[in-house]
Amino acid sequence: MSAINPDEQTAQQLAGLRPGAADRSKHADLGDGTLVEAPGERAPLVLNDRSAHDVTEIVCGYAENTPPKWWLPAFLIAASSTGLLGVGVLYLIITGVGVWGLNNQVNWAWDITNFVFWIGIGHAGTLISAILCLLKQKWRTAVNRSAEAMTIFAVTCAGIFPAIHVGRIWFIWFVFPIPNYNYIWPNFQSPLLWDVFAVSTYATVSGLFWYMGMIPDFATMRDRAILRLNASASAGEKKKLPDILRAYIFTLLAQGWRMSSRHWHRYEMAYLLLAGLATPLVLSVHSIVSFDFATSVVPGWHTTIFPPYFVAGAIFGGFAMVLLLLIPIRELYANFKDFLTLRHLENMSKILLATGMMVGFAYAMEFFIAWYGGNEYEWYVFINNRANPAMAPYWWAYWAMITCNVLSPQVFWFKKMRTNPLVIWLVALFVTIGMWFERFVIIVTSLHRAWLPATWHMFWPTWVDIGIFVGSIGLFLTLFLLFLRFVPVFPIAELKAVLPEADPHRGHGDHDEPGADVHGGGHGELSAPKGAH
Amino acid sequence: MSIVSGIADYFPFVVRKPPARFRTEDDRPVHGIMAEYDSAADVYHAAEQVRDAGYTKWDVYTPYPIHGMEHAMGVKRTFLPLVVAGGGFTGVGLGFLMQWWISGVDYPLMKQGKPYAAWEPFVMVSFELGILFAAFTALFGMLALNGLPRWHHPLMLKERFLRASDDRFIIVIEAEDKKFDPDATVKLLEDAGSSRVDLVEDE
Repeated sequence: MSAINPDEQTAQQLAGLRPGAADRSKHADLGDGTLVEAPGERAPLVLNDRSAHDVTEIVCGYAENTPPKWWLPAFLIAASSTGLLGVGVLYLIITGVGVWGLNNQVNWAWDITNFVFWIGIGHAGTLISAILCLLKQKWRTAVNRSAEAMTIFAVTCAGIFPAIHVGRIWFIWFVFPIPNYNYIWPNFQSPLLWDVFAVSTYATVSGLFWYMGMIPDFATMRDRAILRLNASASAGEKKKLPDILRAYIFTLLAQGWRMSSRHWHRYEMAYLLLAGLATPLVLSVHSIVSFDFATSVVPGWHTTIFPPYFVAGAIFGGFAMVLLLLIPIRELYANFKDFLTLRHLENMSKILLATGMMVGFAYAMEFFIAWYGGNEYEWYVFINNRANPAMAPYWWAYWAMITCNVLSPQVFWFKKMRTNPLVIWLVALFVTIGMWFERFVIIVTSLHRAWLPATWHMFWPTWVDIGIFVGSIGLFLTLFLLFLRFVPVFPIAELKAVLPEADPHRGHGDHDEPGADVHGGGHGELSAPKGAH
Repeated sequence: MSIVSGIADYFPFVVRKPPARFRTEDDRPVHGIMAEYDSAADVYHAAEQVRDAGYTKWDVYTPYPIHGMEHAMGVKRTFLPLVVAGGGFTGVGLGFLMQWWISGVDYPLMKQGKPYAAWEPFVMVSFELGILFAAFTALFGMLALNGLPRWHHPLMLKERFLRASDDRFIIVIEAEDKKFDPDATVKLLEDAGSSRVDLVEDE
């Protein structure tokens, strides 16, 4: 309950002034102690012998105390670049989509590139959280909350682009089946309409999933605020305004959650169901996004590999964004290294490598089918529009994509590389850039030389294109910084549940009927982390 | 009696709470008895004993879901999945119905000579609506079955109880339970290894 800063707490623990410190240097060969390769030994999920109380103190402490010095400048920069988004969008709405670099030939460019880029990033969060939950991967506790937050913020950014690209934004409500006096309805045979339903469902369900995961943690924040208010009342001090606000807001958000086991039982079931629903949802949404292209007859778009190719790309780009955000946070908030260990980073690097190769396979397959399918227009798109530097004006975009997405993750074949946070961060940065180029390549290079040569036209962005894109990054970072500041960044209850002390059968030989038969296996696996310290 | 009392918790203006079975010495109604335990293992074994003693209106409060606690408490598997399935199929059904009526009946529009009411293009939107309805049912069904939102509860006035959301393990046996007895219940909880037993007043 102390309001002590978590960094100070660690410092005291390491100095032996507080209990709970463990020697970090003991296992130098195991990185931070988690890079265990022995098959019989499980890597600890939480380091430094953290108790349940430590977890509460650390995660809530960061959300309750004054933020570190870098936070405010970072927030101001991010928030001001969001202003670019506002200016750009306003200018666009007042003037028309002609303020972008669009022309008759290239009628979709950065707008839809940015849309697919952000929605792809937005896919990984829920997918990471839901799939890892279904597969009972306990290390999800290290990333799931921030990955889900990232999803919500990325989908927010994604949603802006299709809305503003219609030109007359005051007609945007026509995309929804709303009864109207014009007596017209949307066309349910159009993939663009499926996209409206897919993306809005995805945004809603991701929001529900995120919120549901936070209900118990909001209850923890509420209880801490109330306890602090009670303490200052009994000490005769004035009640602090932030705590009064927290008590009200978190009381509302926690819905009266009181950690009841009867509630937990239904909660776990509901969470599992939501995870099971979110997984096919993610796959369907990005498949539907790819239908926007695949159901058209533009060479380079009309491809059956698009749905799986887009989904693999989304997981790839999303994991890269998770790493891009979490590695700096892990460095800036030292205590989070206990929850987000090197092993977690290594796991994610392996996923980047695997999904990067899937994406590489998809690129190769596209090329192969363009040749093998014998369609000379499609083959022409790949050679003349994309790959051949001598012919394709956008060759650099294609090769930037290949370099970033296929070649750069190959360093993860080496263990040294995938356990080095700096290398991982750089690869993640490359992948994020590469995934943006992938969408640019698909959209612009296919369009700019489609059909009659007389209509061919290049696309170059204007300041409005650039401003809106940079502004959307600003919006994303602003939201993420607010999330870091005010909300528990790790799932507190779930983290506590993977601590060794959470096993009710730990150190006991006596098992009780049905429960023990099913859960007896947890015995060995949960006592292992103790020994690994 | 317990149904009336349950309704009174949420709608005090509809029915009054029936008078409490037990009152404290200073004449306040008793909500129940709260016992603290030091570890997940302790509270797990204590829960088994409370279950075996035949109590029905009681609960275990823990900072995180303890694996197998529903067995230790004798809680039956929730029927929430059926509710969620109902929500999902409702969404799929409504989705198909809406699209069929709009495209096939109310506003038939010729598109590339395709049949107006072909079911194939309707699959995507129906699927999404199914997921949407099921997800809403999962969250709000869970909350409703848990009797939430409920922003006030006698337990929340106990300062020691609030530590259940940090690192405390607490068993509460309510005074409404037929087997509740001020002395025997306290003894049971203490014998089960409680480190501290408190009385919880109502209001």
